[in-house]
Amino acid sequence: MVKQLLKGNVAFAEAAVRAGCEAYFGYPITPQTELLEHMSRRMVELDRVFLQAESEVAAVNMVYGAAVAGSRVMTSSSSPGISLMQEGFSYMAASDIPAVVIDIMRGGPGLGNIQPTQGDYNQVTKSAGHGDFHPIVLAPATVQEAIDHTVLAFELAQKYRTLVFVLADGAIGQMMEPAELPPMRDLPTERPDWSLTGADGRDHNVITSINLGALNLENYNLHLQRKLREIKLAGETRFEAVHLEDADYAIVAFGTAARASVTAVKMLREAGIKIGLLRPITLWPFPEKELLELAEQVKGILVVEMNAGQMLHDVREAAAAKAPVKFYGRMGGYIPLPADIADEVNKMIADLAGINVEGSNGHLS
Amino acid sequence: MASGRIIINEERCKGCGLCLEACPPGVIKVADHINSMGYRPATFYDPEFLCTGCALCAIVCPDAGITVFRNKPMARQKVIMEVA
Amino acid sequence: MVTFPDEKLVYERPEALADVSTHYCPGCTHGVAHRLVAEVIDELAIREKTILVASVGCSVFSYNYLDVDACEAAHGRAAAMATGIKRVNPDNVVFTYQGDGDLASIGIAETIHAAARGENLTIIFLNNAIYGMTGGQMAPTSLIGQKTSSSPFGRDEHLAGYPLRIVELLAELDGTVYSVRRSLHDARHIIQAKKAIKIAFEAQLMGLGLSIVELLSTCPTNWHMTPTEACDWVRDAMIPYYPLGDYKVAPELMTKTNRKHSAIGGAR
Repeated sequence: MVKQLLKGNVAFAEAAVRAGCEAYFGYPITPQTELLEHMSRRMVELDRVFLQAESEVAAVNMVYGAAVAGSRVMTSSSSPGISLMQEGFSYMAASDIPAVVIDIMRGGPGLGNIQPTQGDYNQVTKSAGHGDFHPIVLAPATVQEAIDHTVLAFELAQKYRTLVFVLADGAIGQMMEPAELPPMRDLPTERPDWSLTGADGRDHNVITSINLGALNLENYNLHLQRKLREIKLAGETRFEAVHLEDADYAIVAFGTAARASVTAVKMLREAGIKIGLLRPITLWPFPEKELLELAEQVKGILVVEMNAGQMLHDVREAAAAKAPVKFYGRMGGYIPLPADIADEVNKMIADLAGINVEGSNGHLS
Repeated sequence: MASGRIIINEERCKGCGLCLEACPPGVIKVADHINSMGYRPATFYDPEFLCTGCALCAIVCPDAGITVFRNKPMARQKVIMEVA
Repeated sequence: MVTFPDEKLVYERPEALADVSTHYCPGCTHGVAHRLVAEVIDELAIREKTILVASVGCSVFSYNYLDVDACEAAHGRAAAMATGIKRVNPDNVVFTYQGDGDLASIGIAETIHAAARGENLTIIFLNNAIYGMTGGQMAPTSLIGQKTSSSPFGRDEHLAGYPLRIVELLAELDGTVYSVRRSLHDARHIIQAKKAIKIAFEAQLMGLGLSIVELLSTCPTNWHMTPTEACDWVRDAMIPYYPLGDYKVAPELMTKTNRKHSAIGGAR
């Protein structure tokens, strides 16, 4: 297929359509509204289900309904909307049903702003709303990955009967890049046998998330934990390694922060520093094994994020103190520039070598 | 004149008393015994064949615990004559 | 069950109602409402294509009592969840069963918008002017002066405003095709309630839009009354504020509302 110039949000939407999304429910919120708008045209053109709900609360519950009815369903939103949807996510998690969520992060907390950030990493990787569960999380860094991860999200959701998030910052939703869309897949012709389709010739199916009794609920939770472990053990972890083979130092970053970091890596390599980038693609399952190996190899790791330090803690835990892990984070929607990142790497190297360095603007450790 | 009878499912009955209130000839009473849930169930007591099978008891019962029958007129006359 | 010759079965429990004891309090009209819905499902022969969206409240386990495919919505969200189901499975009959807290408080936005969109759904709305499951707190439908566990001095309109009349509200929306209020406090009204429930399901089968039946119901436990006293309170206190009647009936349903029903109770 031919590459087209695509806006990230449109790419997410069209990829979902081609992956076999049967129903979409959403609500306008910057910076992902173009996704909803694209779906409002394409899903109706293809005689599939589209509805702009009255709120994110309603949208996520419509998703819940369509999912228990056995259809392949998706929603999208941004930070404040995701907060509203969290109730629904928790209920869906506790119902063993598949669904795909595209989360385009903006500045927070609160109403924040519409600039791109990575401030919801914790919200999405550590939970699916209240309770002991969290979704699979994919983190694209390009419009092409936005497409590929959306297609993958639908596959993983069906395979594990779970929630799959595609987590991107607003820059990825808004940017335009050449990318290739996959061919249109056929929609499934049957609903799964666990779904609600009318108890015709069978006992009634009941899908609920209530489990009275401590032992009952514990058993159900153990089942959810087993599901998460199965996903990890099945090798669903994905990452990208750039120039790590001979690296003395490494940057760990995802999404747009990783893009800026790749340029910083090139700049630093030209200046003679052996540095590479580990870019987690699945934020959950997190590439813990690869990070431990990296920590054993390098002299220092700089985590670069567009938040106050969220993936930082997963990196520190995985690194198991085998290497110092430093942090450079910007908030409010400021995208760190390659030069900023390179500066921070140099400061880290100097720090680690015992040379005192003055504090810098926006540097957190 | 029609006559009827009811069967009350004692194990479903929670002793709410709505059927007693609804019954026009008053042929439903509270039993002396209790059921396995600890309620005193309603019980059908119709020695004078006053029940008409109107089913008002079944209509008000929140536990769908009452089954209602109605006799055809000739059959009831026959029963009365045989008993008499 | 022994039957005598020349005897006719006039009423038995409907098939769509599971043959189990319910957890509802003695005299609670949830039981009556469930039974009426089950009778209608039997009579319309739609059990195999009906999907129930259960809600949060005393009726949270309604799916254990009605033998149809069912799911549990989050509190207040049944109308949105039902929308999702009906949009992807339009050939199913999808109905919600909600109490006054679920529908009129936390779920009011989803309820209004489902009606505004004219979703082809049926809503069975139990109004007992109180929050039953959580122990008797004030509901948006509690009456002025009514004492509840969160309005111990009686509902004060200056503090807590006025009760919501839901079927009147929804009747204003173009997407609503059938919006009526009935009561479950005595046999005559229960018979009328059943007719309304049947029309509400028929409205969905005809693909017309949103139908809702509000059923004035009792809560003997939290009203601190006997079941009989509670029925009297519905008649004497609730009906004056919540008048029974048809607030919206689409033209296509007019002939059905005038139709005389010959069956009382079960599917005979």
